[in-house]
Amino acid sequence: MTSNETAVTPSGGEHDVITKDRVVIRFAGDSGDGMQLTGDRFTSETATFGNDLSTLPNFPAEIRAPAGTLPGVSSFQLHFANYDILTPGDRPDVLVAMNPAALKANIGDLPHGAVLIVNTDEFTKRNLTKVGYEQSPLEDDSLADFQVHEVAMATLTRGALEETGLSKKDAERAKNMFALGLLSWMYHRPHEGTERFLREKFARRPELAEANILAFRAGHAYGETTEAFAVTYEVAPAKLEPGTYRQITGNTAMAYGLVAAGQTTGLPVFLGSYPITPASDILHELSKHKAFGVTTFQAEDEIAGVGAALGASFGGALGVTTTSGPGISLKSETIGLAVALELPLLVIDVQRGGPSTGLPTKTEQADLLQAMYGRNGEAPLPIIAPRSPGDCFHAAVEAAAISVRYRTPVIVLSDGALANGSEPWKVPDASTLESVDPEFATEPNAPDGSGEFWPYLRDSETLARPWAIPGTPGLEHRVGGLEKADGRGSISYDPDNHDRMVRLREAKIDGIEVPDLTVEDPSGEADVLVLGWGSTYGPIVAGARRVRNLGHKIATAHLRHLNPMPANLGEVLASYRTVLVPEMNLGQLALLLRGKYLVDAKSYTKVSGLPFKAEELQDVFLDYLTGTHPNTTGTSTDATAGTNGSGNGASLGVQA
Amino acid sequence: MSTDLGLPSIGGGLDLVPTTDAKQTAKDYTSDQEVRWCPGCGDYAVLAAVRQFLPTLGIKRENTVFVSGIGCSSRFPYYLNTYGMHSIHGRAPTIATGLAVSRPDLSVWVVTGDGDSLSIGGNHLIHALRRNVNLKILLFNNRIYGLTKGQYSPTSEVGKVTKSTPMGSLDHPFNPISLALGAEASFVGRALDSDRKGLTEVLGAAAAHRGSALVEIFQDCPIFNDGSFDLLRKPETKDQRLVPVRHGEPITFGPEDDTFAVVQRGFRLEVVKAADVDPVEIMVHDARNHELAFALSRLSDQDLNHTVTGIFRNVDRTTYDDAARAQVQQAKDNNPNADLQALLNGRDTWTIAG
Repeated sequence: MTSNETAVTPSGGEHDVITKDRVVIRFAGDSGDGMQLTGDRFTSETATFGNDLSTLPNFPAEIRAPAGTLPGVSSFQLHFANYDILTPGDRPDVLVAMNPAALKANIGDLPHGAVLIVNTDEFTKRNLTKVGYEQSPLEDDSLADFQVHEVAMATLTRGALEETGLSKKDAERAKNMFALGLLSWMYHRPHEGTERFLREKFARRPELAEANILAFRAGHAYGETTEAFAVTYEVAPAKLEPGTYRQITGNTAMAYGLVAAGQTTGLPVFLGSYPITPASDILHELSKHKAFGVTTFQAEDEIAGVGAALGASFGGALGVTTTSGPGISLKSETIGLAVALELPLLVIDVQRGGPSTGLPTKTEQADLLQAMYGRNGEAPLPIIAPRSPGDCFHAAVEAAAISVRYRTPVIVLSDGALANGSEPWKVPDASTLESVDPEFATEPNAPDGSGEFWPYLRDSETLARPWAIPGTPGLEHRVGGLEKADGRGSISYDPDNHDRMVRLREAKIDGIEVPDLTVEDPSGEADVLVLGWGSTYGPIVAGARRVRNLGHKIATAHLRHLNPMPANLGEVLASYRTVLVPEMNLGQLALLLRGKYLVDAKSYTKVSGLPFKAEELQDVFLDYLTGTHPNTTGTSTDATAGTNGSGNGASLGVQA
Repeated sequence: MSTDLGLPSIGGGLDLVPTTDAKQTAKDYTSDQEVRWCPGCGDYAVLAAVRQFLPTLGIKRENTVFVSGIGCSSRFPYYLNTYGMHSIHGRAPTIATGLAVSRPDLSVWVVTGDGDSLSIGGNHLIHALRRNVNLKILLFNNRIYGLTKGQYSPTSEVGKVTKSTPMGSLDHPFNPISLALGAEASFVGRALDSDRKGLTEVLGAAAAHRGSALVEIFQDCPIFNDGSFDLLRKPETKDQRLVPVRHGEPITFGPEDDTFAVVQRGFRLEVVKAADVDPVEIMVHDARNHELAFALSRLSDQDLNHTVTGIFRNVDRTTYDDAARAQVQQAKDNNPNADLQALLNGRDTWTIAG
């Protein structure tokens, strides 16, 4: 860290400007303090400024847990840099703590020397006692490792809003904007966007818009004019691939991908959905885009959501359902029906912590085996997993293409970290998206020349069946969940026919064309391959970069297609001495790989509800690379034995 | 916060379905599949009535869809030469809802049984009725589980001895008509499987109705619940028990020489001898009167005492599917040049030069 420039501010104070490559900031406060909004705004400013960034919102499932308590703490972490980054960051360089609970819940993650900005107004005896502080940490030496800035944010905000005539309580509610203003000043963020945002958000209550803008400006002015902050920081814009960028979350990207899929397939999009965290925002977003011919149906339950979507598909629409957690269990039977009917259907599963209700607002990757096998009978279907928030767009578009081309339900496995996390997204050129012709059947097709329509006569190349929609004369037919006769499609209980149909359905999915797996191995000499899927892409690649920077050779690859898997996967796996699979479950992909490819894949697993950290994976990779990992000869390991440290009984493997 | 929806006007149930002048017959609506219900099953009578009835609608056969759930009655779509889906247990209303919302040019029918619609699919039934999706739901009620070989159903009378209840069933049954009316159904009717004329009349009115229509069809399972509706069929009992109603007509029934009438007593209806009351006291059926419809549904208990048939309720209310399509159209009108690229760009973009 070097001070290479001094800026003189017009207000008379002098502040050194320090240039940094990257910064991690965490805003933490009570659920009611507006920390998610504050983080979102800082993210938008940062995106507009041109940094690369990655975010991690982390909030409780309760809308308002008891105020001031540890369970009520909500936080938003943002990592931004002047180069391409891959994760929301491990440890915050700056923590903004709006109350004692936020301090207590987050202080353990702070590295030595971190900046700590504390809202002192909330550090009352009562609030301290609530979270078990006998003495204020601001008054003992427990924070000596950090650069502590005490700011009476509520008082200062109230003072700034004195003229507005707002009540004391209403005025204090704008203190998050004060904090945003202060941090925006510290990091030289543009603020036009936030002021415009506030005017639009409070369009019906202009007095509140002005109050929030006043608080925002007051925070900015506070940094500028007081002597409390000696330095500000600059993080130059990142040099990303040329193009037009915007900031996007996974759920928004997924919704846009579904809108785009309606255009690429030429089909009206029909979303049948039931609200569930963290998938609901896809429903919210899509319901705003009816102008694109999108119909959104909030059903009475999860089953009705997927049922209506399948009914719409039967009628020739692109049926979509979105869900998470227990919702995917409830939809299983209908997805099985879609497998039997061989109709297009998109199932978006934003995975969250399980089992049962589990951890509604936390991330996990533990639905993979359910997506693969969670239906009665042999019921194969394609599975696609996006690897970053922006990639959700492309996953949705691709899923729709496969679904329509092969007449099959497709499951897209997103997760909580992708859904709510955001990143700069290189906006795709809509005109270059590949279109897919649904090729509805229009003529009878019986090979015997009878003039009949056979709904299960397959395309010889794709094995897909014809999609004849109601309203097409001469093609009236009946489909259903009972086994069908190959070709003719009437009910059949014939043993050989069933055996053939089961294999045909499997062959159809196995035959779906997916691109070969590409391996990232700069040295070309690595003998350890790290294979991931879904949202672990960022931390895996970041961890690999770190070990490469330390002079080690390591290969990485990421599976986007979980079913069918790329044709070259077996060959790739066989060409490495060690295959390591980090997953936010207890080794589900590793189990599939071991079963399918007879490879001794090693597992590194964690199910804490939070994404892997780059530092954590770096350590795991190093252990494998240097052969010091006790598990290099075992089968699996889990995170509780490693960096988390707090687990004891959970660690069944070899201790790291 | 609520908003004025500017709801579309109500029309007829088949207004947007393409018509044909070609002569159609029951044979045209008969598929090549062999019908496989048990001999004597009431489903045969209903199938015959529906095959006779569909050609009279004058709509294109390819624009007719039957969706069913699971159970004996749910085999129905296989036997009709229309588009059809034999779906999964209890979920037919959900599939039909998605279909009806996305395809206004279809006449969508749901075939279901008492187990399918009132047990496993109870939730979907009430919500389809509440939303008033333009669907016609034919509820075949035989008061027993047939396909699983004879367990009691949610319409079985208390004390029913079945394979699963050798000491008698314990739970109180649903009254499907009361349930549908309570679920805000805009059309509710009932007919007996063997009454071709009465059944066809209710089906015709249901087809013409724009919105959800529930038609309960009493139907016998000769294998597991034989004779369950005999009281409504046998000449010696049916006249005293069957109460046919027709909108605008006084509610009277029974033999000409011994007529009964329905009159209001306090908050409920009672059956009296017509000769004993002043004719002005006799209730005139009004299918627009929700309270009257409910009171009529309460005349019959699980003992089939005074069982009303005909159309209980028939009112106009904007359908969910019309309203949903109107919102999509409104959004298109407000934004006729909806551009995907503009959506993807959003409002805040920045450019990195090459």
